[in-house]
Amino acid sequence: MQNPASEPSRRGSMMTDPKVRAWVFQILAIGAVLGIGWYLFHNTQANLAQRGITSGFAFLNNPAGFGILQSLIDYTEGDTYGRVFVVGLLNTLLVSVLGIFIATIVGFVVGVARLSPNWLISRLAALYIEIFRNIPPLLQIFFWYFAVLRAMPPPRDSHALGETVFLNIRGLYLPSPTPAEGFWAFIVALVIAIAGCVALARWARVRHENTGRYFPVLWASLGILVVVPALFALVAGSPFHWSVPELTGFNFRGGWVVIPELVAITLALSIYTAAFIAEIVRAGIQAVSHGQTEAARSLGLRPGHILRLVIIPQALRVIIPPLTSQYLNLVKNSSLAAAIGYPDLVSVFAGTVLNQTGQAIETIAITMSVYLAISLSISLLMNWYNKRIALVER
Amino acid sequence: MTENALKHTLGDKMMIELSGVNKWYGEFHVLKDINLSVRQGERIVLCGPSGSGKSTTIRCINRLEEHQQGRIVVDGVELTSDLKHIEAIRREVGMVFQHFNLFPHLTVLQNCTLAPMWVRNMPKKEADEVAMHYLNRVRIPEQANKYPGQLSGGQQQRVAIARALCMKPKIMLFDEPTSALDPEMVKEVLDTMIQLAESGMTMLCVTHEMGFARTVADRVIFMDKGEIIEQAPPEAFFSNPQNERTKTFLGQILNH
Repeated sequence: MQNPASEPSRRGSMMTDPKVRAWVFQILAIGAVLGIGWYLFHNTQANLAQRGITSGFAFLNNPAGFGILQSLIDYTEGDTYGRVFVVGLLNTLLVSVLGIFIATIVGFVVGVARLSPNWLISRLAALYIEIFRNIPPLLQIFFWYFAVLRAMPPPRDSHALGETVFLNIRGLYLPSPTPAEGFWAFIVALVIAIAGCVALARWARVRHENTGRYFPVLWASLGILVVVPALFALVAGSPFHWSVPELTGFNFRGGWVVIPELVAITLALSIYTAAFIAEIVRAGIQAVSHGQTEAARSLGLRPGHILRLVIIPQALRVIIPPLTSQYLNLVKNSSLAAAIGYPDLVSVFAGTVLNQTGQAIETIAITMSVYLAISLSISLLMNWYNKRIALVER
Repeated sequence: MTENALKHTLGDKMMIELSGVNKWYGEFHVLKDINLSVRQGERIVLCGPSGSGKSTTIRCINRLEEHQQGRIVVDGVELTSDLKHIEAIRREVGMVFQHFNLFPHLTVLQNCTLAPMWVRNMPKKEADEVAMHYLNRVRIPEQANKYPGQLSGGQQQRVAIARALCMKPKIMLFDEPTSALDPEMVKEVLDTMIQLAESGMTMLCVTHEMGFARTVADRVIFMDKGEIIEQAPPEAFFSNPQNERTKTFLGQILNH
């Protein structure tokens, strides 16, 4: 027998050798990518020069000259495009964080409800999932904005909740706190209470390991979190002055205003994403084999302990990776805010700033890198967590 | 080991009593009027064709399945839908499954200490000691800090036995403990079970290991189509089966 490795056939020996072939194709591929990249770059440069557009990021220091509906930092029309970028970014992050927070809670509750043995609860959860998962998110944003919030009454006829919270066509009005004489005492009390809860949890764990007895940590912690700040507030005085919104003339004064655009985008995105998260949670719990529950039951463990010690730790491993995708989707979908005029990054920066300056390449490049950076950060964080809880096999 | 080398005297106390137990899955009658009493220290092997109701019978004893008619009394406590009774019985009844059902996210040691710590409220140190004691008995103390996924099937099943024993049960139920194992691992698990039998444990085993039945069982029960067809001590059961169905079944299983 001839050994093909030691004595290769002469014909086409170069191209039949897998090593040589791999090198050749990889070099060709890199060459093609570089070529296309150079062509695009050169073409852009030529076009920009032809139209007399200067490239670069100097425009970020020019004054913007337009107002923004909502800004988390001080902003006036005279501020620079650079500051507009920060305002837009913060608005995007605000929607993302609120959305992820609400979607996670609603998603977990609906997902668990979907598995409820109670027929009505599981049907309602299924109904929720099927409705909101199957309607395009943009339509849902329009629904909340145009059909619900834009249809609210004028300030005079606001829907009121106990004369402190008001909902009307201009948005949601909430009482806002400002620090009062007891503010620092309150902060101190809060820190003490949180430290107390952490210490309590640790003590309860050690005691359970040492004596086997357990302690209702959750209820005790809630008690500490309420009682300690309340005591401090009694002694040191109220920590906040509450500025309650009040109808003066045609509008409300005082308090916080959550603009309807923010309410609509947050509601729509969290309700939409929660439907997907609910399915992920249901799938995660169902992925834990029934044998696990049976084994835990046969050992005499109680349902609450089975859920906490056996089911959830295993379900989380299945839930985390697709949950990450949903978080990323929510962040990216927040750019749909542009459709109802919520001043997110895409709307104010890749929209208004681009239109005013004509620096299309720079603004789009910056906006894209920001989304990339946010998405990668979320991915990294979730991957790290997933790795930490991964199963050891073989 | 010679036949019935483990002959022993049984206690007078009734550990398990099933009387007139019936169960249906929808229209399908899985258990038909099952009557069975097990005395303390008694070792029973249940066999029969698949779908005969033998697994369902032992799963009713710790309420993994619910019976719809009849009475089940375990160690003096009647099984009803009362959660207190169910929990009390599950604490005293250990179970070993065909597919081991170890908790894959916990180490072997944690698998063994979970129930003692959360059900028996045992301090961790004591639970660790108990776990190591039983891991020694099933001869795998060196695997204590590994995860189930890192062990062979036979080792996993021995851990599962140790995990059940850590609750110090009075009764052990085995649901086809060797059916999912590679042939060369069956022996190590059976040896562990024989060793357990020697210690006087009350055992109910669903198994097709007839060699095990001959050596260990006080009584072999043959079930078919949800009924107990025949029960006898192993010598009589294997040498002189009375019922036609038993003969057919033994013919099929012993000629392999």
